[in-house]
Amino acid sequence: MADKPTTEAVPEALPAPAALRALALPAAHLLTSAGIIIGGTLLFTTLVLLASGTSPLEAYRLILSGAFRNPRTIADLIMLTAPLLLCSAGLTLTFSAGLYNLGIEGQIVIGAVLAMVPLRLLPDLPPPMLWLLALSAGAIGGMLWALLVGVLRLSTNVNEIFAGLGLNFIAIGITLYLVFGPWKRPGVASMSGTEPLPEALWLPTLAGIRLAPLAPIIALIGMGVVWFALTRTHWGLEIRAAGLNLAAAERLGVPAHARLFQSLAGCGALAGLAGALQILAVYHALIPNISSGIGFLALLVVLLVRSNPVWVLPVAILFASFSIGSIQLPLQLGIDSSIAGVLQGTLVLFALIAQGVRGRG
Amino acid sequence: MDTQQILINLAAILAGAAPLIFATMGETITERAGVVNLSLDGKMLLSAMTGFAVGVHTQNVLLGFVAAAGVGMLVALVLCFVSLGLRLSQTAVGFVLALLCTDLSSFLGNSYVRVPGVAVPAMPIPVLQDLPILGKILFQHDLLIYASFLLVPLVWWFLFRTRAGLTLRALGERPTTAYARGVPVLPLQLFYVLLGGALVGIAGAAYTLDLKQGWSYRHIAGTGWIALAIVIFGGWNPWRVAFGCYLFGALQIFATRSQNLLPNIPTQIFQVAPFALMILILVLVNAGSNPTLQRWIEQLPAPLSKPVQQVLARLNTAAPAALGQPFRRP
Repeated sequence: MADKPTTEAVPEALPAPAALRALALPAAHLLTSAGIIIGGTLLFTTLVLLASGTSPLEAYRLILSGAFRNPRTIADLIMLTAPLLLCSAGLTLTFSAGLYNLGIEGQIVIGAVLAMVPLRLLPDLPPPMLWLLALSAGAIGGMLWALLVGVLRLSTNVNEIFAGLGLNFIAIGITLYLVFGPWKRPGVASMSGTEPLPEALWLPTLAGIRLAPLAPIIALIGMGVVWFALTRTHWGLEIRAAGLNLAAAERLGVPAHARLFQSLAGCGALAGLAGALQILAVYHALIPNISSGIGFLALLVVLLVRSNPVWVLPVAILFASFSIGSIQLPLQLGIDSSIAGVLQGTLVLFALIAQGVRGRG
Repeated sequence: MDTQQILINLAAILAGAAPLIFATMGETITERAGVVNLSLDGKMLLSAMTGFAVGVHTQNVLLGFVAAAGVGMLVALVLCFVSLGLRLSQTAVGFVLALLCTDLSSFLGNSYVRVPGVAVPAMPIPVLQDLPILGKILFQHDLLIYASFLLVPLVWWFLFRTRAGLTLRALGERPTTAYARGVPVLPLQLFYVLLGGALVGIAGAAYTLDLKQGWSYRHIAGTGWIALAIVIFGGWNPWRVAFGCYLFGALQIFATRSQNLLPNIPTQIFQVAPFALMILILVLVNAGSNPTLQRWIEQLPAPLSKPVQQVLARLNTAAPAALGQPFRRP
């Protein structure tokens, strides 16, 4: 696996017009898929809930509706969806190029770390300028961390999965070092992170709720740019060609290696942007768990939509609503909120199964 | 450090690496049969939790291990169904299973966090434990750790000295040829992936029922990914893979010990060092087949470049040729 000189084509990286084809599929096929996905997921998670002694109906009601309870939870939902969208959009780039960018978690983290630098060094600049600086620094940080994966993959032949995973752990190590070392709170260093930023530097929110409109706006723009670049430009076509067959693309004159690097750089920049938003709009400080698993969740989103940018938005909202909805489970039902992850993972697993069954039929 | 301390450290390395030995031997068998099981990290957590929970309820260590092996096989079965049966990307399914099993272990293991459980009893071997030096290092452990010593030569002997092992390797190298010679490729692959899954399950329980003796959320997260990297480092050869496990174990022991010796260095460096080393090692084992690096080495002064090339050539490993490619009946 690690020694293969060419990139293996990711089978689920369908060409862009797949959305149209999927819509045109015979209704029976769609029904079979939906049946496998929804039926399988419900059956499995219900069994898991029963095994833990919880009433499944009550749990489902809370998970599905919890995110839409009141303006506050809706604000939380939007603030989780924004970075998730950015990461998912970035991953559609790398998936189209046939790369499993498991290093995305680290790219978010380094983006957040670099975003902290201007905020700490130049706190007297006018806030809008600082936000711009922090967002740019975040994007650059994520991009550099992703390019490291690219260099390891393309120049030294280290499988991008292991390079990325290793770099994730290193990124978290850097964060821990900063939080407990040079950037520690005056007095006591703790897992709760660095000293919170002065409120003037937070991204402005709507009155009364924690919704910073700039975050979803940036996310939607990022997603739009990726969708356009992948499906409407020659550059996007070349990325997909490189993803389907690296050697063949190279032989046909496509600068395939450069395209792989660029897809990683783009994904890293978007992930870094997400990390900067986590600082500016969500946590207002650098905390050890700054990525909150959003990168891996985005990988699940993209595996489910099969690098088809059109479906990224609804699926990202759905997955984020599971995560927000399950936050109240420990209080209300006394069960762990990781059931959201079980639900998301099972959904993707059965989506893969449905895809396989359809492929055979 | 006096001799006594060195002996204790060596014994700790051998014991600490035992779960990794089980996990990597399982994955070596799986990958030799041509299947990548990327779900290791989550699967180990889920089987660690299950083994511990069964141990708590039955007060029986052995049943805990049986349950853990069963969970490992069950997850492997799902992987086989989706990747061998439906021929979908093994990487994708493995990754999803890794995340899913991690969350399952957190959710279902909720009520077992930090409760007292059962543990593998220590079992020093009579007579042998009194041997000078060797007794302390090798013969004052428990049954699980003795089993890890025996597992490595056993897997090597099976892979390279038996007829069945030859067939197993053929599954990963030339499945079509094996099929033409009458080998039932898919059923055998299923069998070996399940066997590998059982060993990985035992590895998970080895943490909760032996080394760490307890369960908490994600407490061995990351180990599975390390195990996967060690298999590559070891070039799918049991001896070298085992060497990788002990090297990693030594690094961990060294990290915890030197934290006291060198208090000025931030502890995070030691926590991260294994992962940085993992990347470096993967660069090295791939260096032999890397033209850019080869050119750099050739520019080194002659007395230096020769030995460097020889070392890299020895480190160089090649994966089973058909690794990760679902078999299609011709």
